[in-house]
Amino acid sequence: MEIALSILVGIVVTCGAYLMLSGNMVRFLFGLALLSNAANLVIFAAGRLTYGAPPLIAPGEAGPLETVANALPQALILTAIVIGFGLLAFTLVLVHRANRSLGTVEGDAMRLAEPDEGAR
Amino acid sequence: MNSIILSAATRIVTPLMVAFSIFILLRGHNEPGGGFIGGLVAATAFALYAKAMGVPATLRALSLSPPTIAVVGLAMSTLAGLWGLVQSGVLLKGLWPLLTTADDGSKAGLPIGSVLVFDVGVYLVVVGSVLSILFALEADVAEENEGED
Amino acid sequence: MSALSSAVGPGSLVLRYLPAALSALVAAGFATLVPTIADYNVMRVSWPWIPGLGVELSFLIDGLSLTFALLITGIGAIVFAYSASYFKGHPKLVRLLVLLVLFEISMLGLVLADNLILMFVFWELTTITSFLLVGFDHEQESARNKALQALLVTGAGGLALLAGILLLGIVGGTYEASTLPLVADTIKEHSLYLPILTLFLLGAFTKSAQFPFHFWLPNAMAAPTPVSAYLHSATMVKAGVYLLARMTPTLGGTEPWLWSLTIVGGVTAVIGSIWALRQTDLKLALAHTTVMALGTITMFLGGAAPIALTAAATFLVVHAFYKAALFLTVGMLDKKAGSREIDALGGLALPMWRTWIIASLAALSMAGFPPFLGFVGKELKYEGALAVASEPLLVVTFAVLANAMMVAIAAAVAIKPFYGRRRSLAEQPADPPFAMWIGPAFLAIGGLIFGLAPDLVGSALINPTATVMSGDLVAKQFKLWHGVNVPLMLSILTFIIGIVLYFNLARIRAALTRLDQRGIWTAEHGYDRALTGLKAIATGQTRVIQPGRLTHYLFWTTATLAALLWSALIAGGFAVLPQAGRMPTLIEWTMLALAGFGAIATAATTSSLLAILALGLLGGTVAAIFVLYGAIDVAMTQLLVETLFVVIVAVALLKLPRLAPTTGARIRWRHLGLAGALGTGTTLTLFAVLSVDLDRRVSDFFEVTSVPEAFGRNIVNVILVDFRALDTLGEIAVVVIAALGVLALLRSRMLTAAEDRR
Repeated sequence: MEIALSILVGIVVTCGAYLMLSGNMVRFLFGLALLSNAANLVIFAAGRLTYGAPPLIAPGEAGPLETVANALPQALILTAIVIGFGLLAFTLVLVHRANRSLGTVEGDAMRLAEPDEGAR
Repeated sequence: MNSIILSAATRIVTPLMVAFSIFILLRGHNEPGGGFIGGLVAATAFALYAKAMGVPATLRALSLSPPTIAVVGLAMSTLAGLWGLVQSGVLLKGLWPLLTTADDGSKAGLPIGSVLVFDVGVYLVVVGSVLSILFALEADVAEENEGED
Repeated sequence: MSALSSAVGPGSLVLRYLPAALSALVAAGFATLVPTIADYNVMRVSWPWIPGLGVELSFLIDGLSLTFALLITGIGAIVFAYSASYFKGHPKLVRLLVLLVLFEISMLGLVLADNLILMFVFWELTTITSFLLVGFDHEQESARNKALQALLVTGAGGLALLAGILLLGIVGGTYEASTLPLVADTIKEHSLYLPILTLFLLGAFTKSAQFPFHFWLPNAMAAPTPVSAYLHSATMVKAGVYLLARMTPTLGGTEPWLWSLTIVGGVTAVIGSIWALRQTDLKLALAHTTVMALGTITMFLGGAAPIALTAAATFLVVHAFYKAALFLTVGMLDKKAGSREIDALGGLALPMWRTWIIASLAALSMAGFPPFLGFVGKELKYEGALAVASEPLLVVTFAVLANAMMVAIAAAVAIKPFYGRRRSLAEQPADPPFAMWIGPAFLAIGGLIFGLAPDLVGSALINPTATVMSGDLVAKQFKLWHGVNVPLMLSILTFIIGIVLYFNLARIRAALTRLDQRGIWTAEHGYDRALTGLKAIATGQTRVIQPGRLTHYLFWTTATLAALLWSALIAGGFAVLPQAGRMPTLIEWTMLALAGFGAIATAATTSSLLAILALGLLGGTVAAIFVLYGAIDVAMTQLLVETLFVVIVAVALLKLPRLAPTTGARIRWRHLGLAGALGTGTTLTLFAVLSVDLDRRVSDFFEVTSVPEAFGRNIVNVILVDFRALDTLGEIAVVVIAALGVLALLRSRMLTAAEDRR
C-alpha cells in the first residue's frame, strides 16, 4: 500500500504542478488544491500506515493497548487541511477580485505592477 | 433560492447540526472530534441556513458578525494560553482547576480547564472565519449581479 | 532665549566641545590604570549575554588593549576639538561629531572586548561608521563610491573574520581571547588551523589595508581631513593590526603565519612608500605612508622574536603620534593656506609659524632623527629586523627601503610648504585657532619628550603589550642612545638614501606618473572589474528569471524545486523500494484509482464544473484512505472542508470563464515534462523516506502521556490543544488573517448588512 500511495502522490503532484504552470489563475487554484492534498498524503505516508487502528485510548486505560496509528502526522495534517482551506479561499477570492477588476484570469495579462518593458 | 421544502427542513436541521457540532467539540478530547471538526460542522450548518434563508437572516440568527466571532475565538485561545503563563509560568500550559489530586497521586473531579477553553476558541475561529469568507463572497457576487441587472 | 540656545543649542560652544571634553575625561580615566598595567596585571570583567552560544559581554584590559584605548581616547579628544573648530558653522557639524563619537565607542569596544564574537560586533560597527564618515560629503558621487569601496572591502573581510572566529570557537572551545592561548597548541595542530588562519588574515589584511587590499585606504581620503587623521591613520586601520597582535599568542609563531605576515607586510610597506613618492597632494602622500606603516607593523608581527614584537608595539605608538600630528597639520594648511597641493604652497614658515614648528617636530620624528620618539622606534625596528628568525636580510631590506622613503616624504611635508618663495592660495595665510593647533602641538611635543625619555612609555605600555603578544615576560630597557652598533649604521644608511631620494623627488614622481599613466594593472582594477561583473550578472539573471511574467516565476520556482529534489536524490543515491507492506485490498485499489482519476481529470478538463467535481472526487477518496488507516479526525475534517470548498468555489466561479488553454501545445508539453519531473521526484523521495526506520520517540511520548498528564483519550486532539497548542494558536491566527484578508479584498456590504439589522 505504501508504494501504491507514493505513486498516487507522484501523480497528484504532477497534475497539480501542471495546472499551476498554465498561467490561468483558475487552473492555478485547482492545482494548488491538488498540491495541498498531495502534501497531506506525503505527511501521512511518511508517518507510516497502520491499518484500522485510530489513535484512541480506551476508557480507564493509561495508554493504547495495541499498536495504533501514528497520531503526530494526523495532528499535522488536520491543521494543514484547515490552513489549506484558508489559503485556497483567499486565493479564490483574489482570483475572483482580479477577474472583476482586470477582466482576465490570465496571470501574464495582469501586469499592473510590472508593466512589460517593451511596451513602455 | 426560495424552496419551501429547503427552508422548512433547514429550520429543523440547522439547530440539530449546531447542537451536534457542540457535542463533537466537547467530546473531542476523548473520542474523534474537537474544535476544528466541530467548527466546520457548525459552519456547514450556517452555510446551509444562509442558502435557504439568505445571508441577512443568517446574520440576524448569529447575532454576532462572523469576523467578530473569529476574533473572539482567537482571543479566547490566547487567553487560555496566558492563563497557563500567569498561573504556572509556562505559556499554554494545561490547567485543570476542577481536578484535585489525592494523597496517593490519583486524581478526581471534572477534567475541564484551560485546554477546553482553548478548543472552544478554535471552534469559534473556524466558524467565524469560514462564514466571513463565504458571506463576503456571496454579498460580493450578489452586488455584482445587481449592478448588471 | 537666543543667548541660551547659542550657549547650549546645536553648534553652540558647549555642545561643540563636549565630545572632546568627554573623550579627554575617558582618556584620563584610562591613564589612571597605567600603573596597574605596567606591573603586568590584567583586568577582566564579564556579564552573561548569550550563554548558550558562549557569547559573553566580557572586557579585558591588558597592555595591548590599554595602549589602544589610550590612543583612541587621547587622539579622539584632540581630533574632536580640532573638528569642532575646523567645521565651525558647518551645517552638518552635529552629524559629524555624533558619527565620530559613535566610531570612538565602537573602536573602544573592539579593543577592550575579550569575547571574539563581541569584538566582531564592534568590528562591524567601526566598518559602518567608517562608511558613513568617508561618505560624509554624500552630495558628491566620488565620495559615495569611495565610501562604498571601503565598506565592501572591509565588510567582505569582516565576513571572513566571522567565519574564522566561529571555526576558532569550535576548535578552541571558547571565544575568549584571553583563554584561547591556553589551547594554542591544540589549535595549531588541528586540521582546521590553516582555514582559520586564512580567514583571520583576510579580516585583518582588508581592515588594515594590506596588499592586495591596500587600495581602499588612499581612496578613503575622500573623508574630511580630521576624520582621515582619526580613522584612517590613528585608529580604525589599526584594528587589523590589533587583531593580529591579539591573536599572536593563539595563532602566531607557525610557518604559514610567519611567511604570510612577513611577505604581505613587507610588500605593502614598499608599495605604500613608493606610491607615496608619486603623490602631489600632501594628504594622499601621508595616506600612502600610512599603508607603509601598517605594512611594517604587520611584517614585524610576523617575526616571532620578542624584540620584533616590541618593535611592532613601539612603532604603533610612534606612528600614532607623528602621523596624527602631520595629518592635522595638512588640514591646517588646507584651511588657512587654501591648498594641500605640494606645488601650490611655499614660504609659509613665518605667517604660519606654529604650524611650521608642529610640522617640523612631527616630520623629524617620522624621519627618525634623534632625539625623537621616531628614532627610538626606528632603532628598535632594525634591532627587531636583525632578530627575525626566518629571513633577517629580507626584513632588513624592506625596512631600510621603506624608512628611506619615509625620510623623503617627511622632508617633503615639512620643508616644501614652509621654505622658499611665498606661495599660497589664501590671501593672508595665518595660523588656525587655538583649538586646532593645540592638539597637534601636544602630539608633536610628546614625540620629543618621549624620545628623550623613552622608558616613560616603554616600561609603562610597550613592555606589557609585548608581553601579551609573546606570552613571555618582556622587560626591555628603552634608551635613546644605544652606542655605535649595527642599527645605528643602518640608520645612517637610511638617512643618506632618504636625502638622495628627496632631492630627486621631482624626477621620481615624473617616472612614477608615467608608469601610472601607462595603466599598469593594480588591485583596484580587479575590484572595479569584480564590481562591474557582479552588476552585469545581477542584471542578466533578473532579466532571465524575473521578467515580470507570472508564468516565468512559476516555471522557475517549480524548476528549482524539482532540481533540489533530484539533486538530493542523486546525492543520496536512489533508495531501493521500501518494504512493500500489505498488498492493497480491492477497496483500496478502487480508492487509489479513483483518486488518481480525479487528479488527472482535474488537470485534463476545460470545464470548471467538471474540474470541481473531479477535485471533490479526489478529496473524498483521500478522506476514505484516511479512514482506512485510522485517521478518523483527519477524514472528518477533510470531508467537511471539501464540502465547504465546493460551496465557495461554486459561489465564486459562477461567472468565471471556461478553462480553455491559451498556451500552445509545445509549451504545455514542456509544462507537463517539468511537472512530471517534480511528481516523479516526490514519489522517489517518499520511497527513500519509507525505506528508513521511523523514529517514533515523539509519538510514543504522546501515547504514554496523553491520559496521565493531559486527561484526554483522543491523542490527536490532545496534541492539537495541549502538547502542540502553540502551533495550533499560530494556525488559527493564520485562518483569522485569511478571513480578514478576504474581507479587505472584497470590501463587502456584509458588515454594513450586519449593522442594518439593528
